[in-house]
Amino acid sequence: MISQLFVLSQRGDNIVFRDYRGEVQKGTAEIFFRKVKFWKEDGQEEAPPVFNVNGVNYFHVKIVGLLFVATTRVNVSPSLVLELLQRIARVIKDYLGVLNEDSIRKNFVLVYELLDEVMDFGYVQTTTTEVLKSFVFNEPIVVDAAHLSPLGPAGLFMQGTKRMPGTAVTKSVVANEPGGRKREEIFVDIIEKISITFSSSGYILTSEIDGTIQMKSYLTGNPEIRLALNDDLSIGRDYRGSFGSGAVVLDDCNFHESVRLDNFDVDRTLSLVPPDGEFPVMNYRMTQEFKPPFRINALIEEAGAPKAEVILKVHAEFPSSITANTISVQMPLPKYTMRASFELEPGAVGQTTDFKQANRRLEWNLKKIVGGSEHTLRARLTFSQESHGNITKESGPVSMTFTIPMYNASKLQVKYLQIAKKSGTYNPYRWVRYVTLSNSYVARM
Amino acid sequence: MAPPAQTVRSSSPSQPSGKGEVSDLKLQLRQLAGSRAPGVDDSKRELFKKVISYMTIGIDVSSLFGEMVMCSATSDIVLKKMCYLYVGNYAKVNPDLALLTINFLQRDCKDDDPMIRGLALRSLCSLRVANLVEYLVGPLESGLKDSNSYVRMVAVIGVLKLYHISASTCIDADFPATLKHLMLNDSDTQVVANCLSALQEIWSSGAATSEEASRERETLLSKPVVYYFLNRIKEFSEWAQCLLLELVAKYVPADSSEIFDIMNLLEDRLQHANGAVVLATIKVFLQLTLSMTDVHQQVYERIKAPLLTLVSSGSPEQSYAVLSHLHLLVMRAPYIFSSDYKHFYCQYNEPSYVKKLKLEMLTAVANESNTYEIVTELCEYAANVDIPIARESIRAVGKIALQQYDVNAIVDRLLQFLEMEKDYVTAEALVLVKDLLRKYPQWSHDCIAVVGNISSKNVQEPKAKAALIWMLGEYSQDMQDAPYILESLIENWEDEHSAEVRLHLLTAVMKCFFKRPPETQKALGAALAAGLADLHQDVHDRALFYYRLLQYDVTVGERVVNPPKQAVSVFADTQSSEIKDRIFDEFNSLSVVYQKPSYMFTDKEHRGPFEFSDELGNLSIGTESVDTTVPVHKVEANDKDLLLSTTEKEDTRGPINDGAYSAPSYDGSLVSLAAPQTQPEVATSNPSVKEHSQSSFAIDDLLGLGLPAAPAPAPSPPSLKLNSKAVLDPSTFQQKWRQLPISLSQEYSVSPQGVSALTTPQVLLRHMQTHSIHCIASGGQSPNFKFFFFAQKAEESSTFLVECIINTSSAKAQIKVKADDQSASQAFSSLFQSALSKFGTA
Repeated sequence: MISQLFVLSQRGDNIVFRDYRGEVQKGTAEIFFRKVKFWKEDGQEEAPPVFNVNGVNYFHVKIVGLLFVATTRVNVSPSLVLELLQRIARVIKDYLGVLNEDSIRKNFVLVYELLDEVMDFGYVQTTTTEVLKSFVFNEPIVVDAAHLSPLGPAGLFMQGTKRMPGTAVTKSVVANEPGGRKREEIFVDIIEKISITFSSSGYILTSEIDGTIQMKSYLTGNPEIRLALNDDLSIGRDYRGSFGSGAVVLDDCNFHESVRLDNFDVDRTLSLVPPDGEFPVMNYRMTQEFKPPFRINALIEEAGAPKAEVILKVHAEFPSSITANTISVQMPLPKYTMRASFELEPGAVGQTTDFKQANRRLEWNLKKIVGGSEHTLRARLTFSQESHGNITKESGPVSMTFTIPMYNASKLQVKYLQIAKKSGTYNPYRWVRYVTLSNSYVARM
Repeated sequence: MAPPAQTVRSSSPSQPSGKGEVSDLKLQLRQLAGSRAPGVDDSKRELFKKVISYMTIGIDVSSLFGEMVMCSATSDIVLKKMCYLYVGNYAKVNPDLALLTINFLQRDCKDDDPMIRGLALRSLCSLRVANLVEYLVGPLESGLKDSNSYVRMVAVIGVLKLYHISASTCIDADFPATLKHLMLNDSDTQVVANCLSALQEIWSSGAATSEEASRERETLLSKPVVYYFLNRIKEFSEWAQCLLLELVAKYVPADSSEIFDIMNLLEDRLQHANGAVVLATIKVFLQLTLSMTDVHQQVYERIKAPLLTLVSSGSPEQSYAVLSHLHLLVMRAPYIFSSDYKHFYCQYNEPSYVKKLKLEMLTAVANESNTYEIVTELCEYAANVDIPIARESIRAVGKIALQQYDVNAIVDRLLQFLEMEKDYVTAEALVLVKDLLRKYPQWSHDCIAVVGNISSKNVQEPKAKAALIWMLGEYSQDMQDAPYILESLIENWEDEHSAEVRLHLLTAVMKCFFKRPPETQKALGAALAAGLADLHQDVHDRALFYYRLLQYDVTVGERVVNPPKQAVSVFADTQSSEIKDRIFDEFNSLSVVYQKPSYMFTDKEHRGPFEFSDELGNLSIGTESVDTTVPVHKVEANDKDLLLSTTEKEDTRGPINDGAYSAPSYDGSLVSLAAPQTQPEVATSNPSVKEHSQSSFAIDDLLGLGLPAAPAPAPSPPSLKLNSKAVLDPSTFQQKWRQLPISLSQEYSVSPQGVSALTTPQVLLRHMQTHSIHCIASGGQSPNFKFFFFAQKAEESSTFLVECIINTSSAKAQIKVKADDQSASQAFSSLFQSALSKFGTA
């Protein structure tokens, strides 16, 4: 059971503070914040999500720069509390449309109302937006989302292609739109995070895709939905029966509790009655080989002591109809590097470079990369001393972050999205969107 | 409306910036209190919001209590809610004012709208004012009977709140019984879940003082109740499912078919997206199969994929919680995970607390087939920009080297580290090479060649410097420059701040002297002189000791300082298997994340669902004294003893169960607790040596290792016959001990003959065994001995469990009996007493 729950801003201010059981002393928010801020004197290590100070256990999750914190004296299940904190953040987001410090401050009475219904005396009562609707009466004060940094992967769609309605992810589940009528629509997002490690010779050492099918429903009356995935989808790594070209083999997956799998084994369809708000329908994990979206080539060579040259090449392996955006390539350099001068390819647009003196790191940012293209960066390094070791060993690995809308490496697809019809004219908007993100994309030197 | 002031954070009530505003608010509220003007609710809302926002940032607005209550006469539910929140916050510090609110709350409890009834009842129970409890009973009674489930839900938790304010009021109103009835009959699952939470808390806190509460708590674990929940589990919310699964994990099924039924029923819970549900399910599976080794192992295989999926989906925080549990399982059964090692590779953007866990897992799963790849990967991390992780990685390589038979390749890697010329890498590698040489002296040639090239000036960290100096001393015959390096180090004696390094320097120069006297003589003289003048007591004493030793006889000195050494076979594990087992028992709790059993970080009343582990601890920690109300530090002391005993055991016998896959049976600790106690006797060498070894085998037999102990005819009274060949494995014993209530607690006198015969616990064990009462754990030293016995009825599988504490100086035995069939406890107790009274007479 949970004793207190509070939300702190980045500066450590209390935005919301709820004490459910009164068994933990006052001042926990200060104790917590000091502990997190000064976890290790050198600032090198961050505080773990769970720690104990004087018999009080503190749990926290970081969401859009806010700290959601729970305290208890009891030896509870850590995954339950951390999961709960995430869920509370999600419920608040469902209500407010946008989750950030400003929106919580403006709606803190509503947030209190939610917290009162989510938990009683430290025991969870409900976390479904659906159920909460009937208990919660404050109307959200909608915060303008235009100038705010979007939350989470789904927010990325805002900068994506114009086909998608930008308001979707920041729309409150309960607030009525200006027209008074709610637009009937449902969003299904397939979000994949890629982890790859390339060896120094370009081989793939490890690769994994962690995916989520996320749904956000604005349908009234909660109609049943059927979601069909690839026919050739198989689950379980040992299952090699249908392993052939194009088959999608997931190592494992799990499902939201509303999902029924009655037909899943037969035709790979999921049926569910989606609750209001945002939730993951299915999480999956895949280690089957797949084509990496980018190849990275990195080279560092001595060029007359005490100097060296770095050549970085990035090649986009995906089709030219697709464009990746917000790409950043980083490479740690030998610690005796003094200066770096950069040379971009002729005619380069939307590219910036930087040498971070403090941690001896080269940064190369590209606004976008069109499929099939290749980009090169040359850098000349000046060292403070003659290098007497192997400079390749003292630099790297190169890491890369990116976002690729409308692309997924696993080839998992939502074939169709069927909504149980209430009437002949009922035809809500359905949006199925894909996005691939980098998780840990690393090339060794 | 303006957002709450951001700068004000003080909780001081005399906050000047708040004070003016508060009195302003007071005025405004007063004006609105009586008003019936249209739109007044909106103005009130704004004011209430302001009040609540001050409250949040810590300004004391309790002085507005009266005005807030006056303004609360409204039908606006949003206003009501804010008012309830305010009242709940300040009632405790203003008990007199709280009385003001009782009236309107009680009235609201009878409102037509169930929402308002529920809200009012919740607020009423949240006042936390002891002298108002009389006002709670009535509304709670009707709340529990309310036709609306929301009100019942609130009322159930309200009962729990009442219990915390005044337990006697709650019990007198017979609320627990009402809750129990609701739990088993209500149609709303959240009402049922709340009943279970409330009853668990009420009965657990009552169990210490009341036999009835403790009995009631046991009934929650009875088959009908558990099955009632299991059959409906999918109707419950995911959070309530966690609660139910926690309960099921404590249930002891009668047979294996029941175990399989439960597991089949719950298997799809492993596919749940909520990690808390999955972990709670895994706990059930692990607990149920403890005594079924094969199935237990299959469970590990089955839960692997879901755990890995949870680790890689979800937020980093959730992933960490799951990874901690995976870590625990990997450490228990590394070989099951040895082919999954790639999942434990670190990603560059992971926080260091995740990387640390992964490095430990990589170390644990390394075996002949994957070592090469794991070590290659670890070597990549050694060049990492994150220095603490780079260090950990090098240590991991070293640990793998120490646990492998074929260390060829690894030694090469370690030597490469030494050549990397990064200070911290060299430092870590030196410490490792030293340990490696202690285990594999045959590698000295290769290592020394590389170590010899390291300039001692580049080594600054004390631990690394000490390691280098140790090697210089130990292998001075192979290292050409050893005497001169040592000499230069001694010249800088004054600048050496670490006493550890100076101590090592003394010893190393001695060793070097024995091997190469002419070259070292000068350095030795300088070192002894510097040591004798040293201000550090240990350094001074050692120098003096060496000096006298050399004065006395150089060859004796050599035998003392540099005797031939045996290679170390196994380095002691830092955590005893005892503690590991306890953490495993507390699966899906903070114990796993902290890697400590709950008693080490939480006080007794807050152990949550794992409170039984106290008794569990008593059981396995056999060395404990009579005192059963164990204060925490005492348990810790005992754990230290155990730590010691495991270490000794492992040094002498090699790795028996360390790291190996095993169910948390307590046989390891049983053996170990017998060993150190009797060692003094072994040293004095007499027939008891033989006796001891025999008896410890007898204990092993009882643990179900086969070899049934020689049964003797049982001279039992006709009323109760015991099975002379009864078998019970320790984990079942523990589970039963946890679950059964104490049915009998008595004190007997022990005859003088018995007292004199009780020299070691083992003597009594064999005596009781002849009476078909078997011992499962024992410990203690004169005058306090502690035993756990069990016996079974001859005809049926009904078991008796006994905790017996004998104090030989007072000649008293205290026993506690727990029994499947409680009606037979008295008969069993007299049988036990008669058996005990014969002890020492035969």
